[in-house]
Amino acid sequence: MIGTWPCPAADKTTAQEYAVSFDSSRTKRLLILPALFDEANRLRRLTVEVMRRLDGAGIDSFLPDLPGCNESLADFSQLTLADWASAMVAAARHFRASHVLAIRGGALVVPQSLPGWRYAPANGATILRQMLRIRMLAAREAGREETQGSLIEQGLVEGLELAGYRLSPAMIAALQSATPPEETDQSIIGQDMLGGSPLWLRAEPDEDREQADALAAVLALGMAA
Amino acid sequence: MTNHTDRELRRILADVLGLKPAQVAEFDADTGLFGHLPELDSMSVAGLLTEMEDRLGFIIDDDEIDGELLETYGSLLAFAQAKRAAA
Repeated sequence: MIGTWPCPAADKTTAQEYAVSFDSSRTKRLLILPALFDEANRLRRLTVEVMRRLDGAGIDSFLPDLPGCNESLADFSQLTLADWASAMVAAARHFRASHVLAIRGGALVVPQSLPGWRYAPANGATILRQMLRIRMLAAREAGREETQGSLIEQGLVEGLELAGYRLSPAMIAALQSATPPEETDQSIIGQDMLGGSPLWLRAEPDEDREQADALAAVLALGMAA
Repeated sequence: MTNHTDRELRRILADVLGLKPAQVAEFDADTGLFGHLPELDSMSVAGLLTEMEDRLGFIIDDDEIDGELLETYGSLLAFAQAKRAAA
């Protein structure tokens, strides 16, 4: 269930990255792009629960680690969105994905050629602002005054630690302007289609069986067609 | 639009804090928020503000975030309505 896949690294070598996979060599094969940064933690349980349900519905699925995240040995502070995008193209090829599901910020690095879905896609600027605000509020509680403007300014020059991640200047610049690509064969799954309230907004990781059921149903129906 | 802001703000609070819609429906202008709702810690304050920006369509400046903003439901709603009127 935990396997590795060859991921192109910046120095032209190939690194082995982990992926959670349900692989029974079936023809329906879904690549899942996780949410980014701290949102990934809060949505991981939901993501894997959806994978279990898809397995029961005869669909293989794959959840690769983004380079620098989870078990990856890649140096996070050297990465930018473009590295993740090319890593996900390599993962799609390795796992012979027929479809893709991008979750939240995962839509910023999704292989555009695959048909599939985006669940609650988010702009890079929104994700960045949320992390900046958490840092700013934490600093304020500690009696230090930081502003989003000065943090961004500093980040674009020397990088910045946000939500426990050391973001490179290039990563910050990329997030500021990144929006999910428009012209694709990927439909949007809104929270209203799953019911319940969005799990990435929780302060603590949580789970929701009904949301997992609903999301898996949308995917399974779509892939049955 | 006033009613819409009220409705949407309650929905955002329910979503961000994981509260039951029935609990949020009972909020009135004097209902205490920060310091009164255990679900509302500084982590979720960030989520609440970002979600308000996205769903209500305005940007909240750093210097607008202070203790008074989140004191009661009434103060947060008044802020959201003023921001929407100015947007």
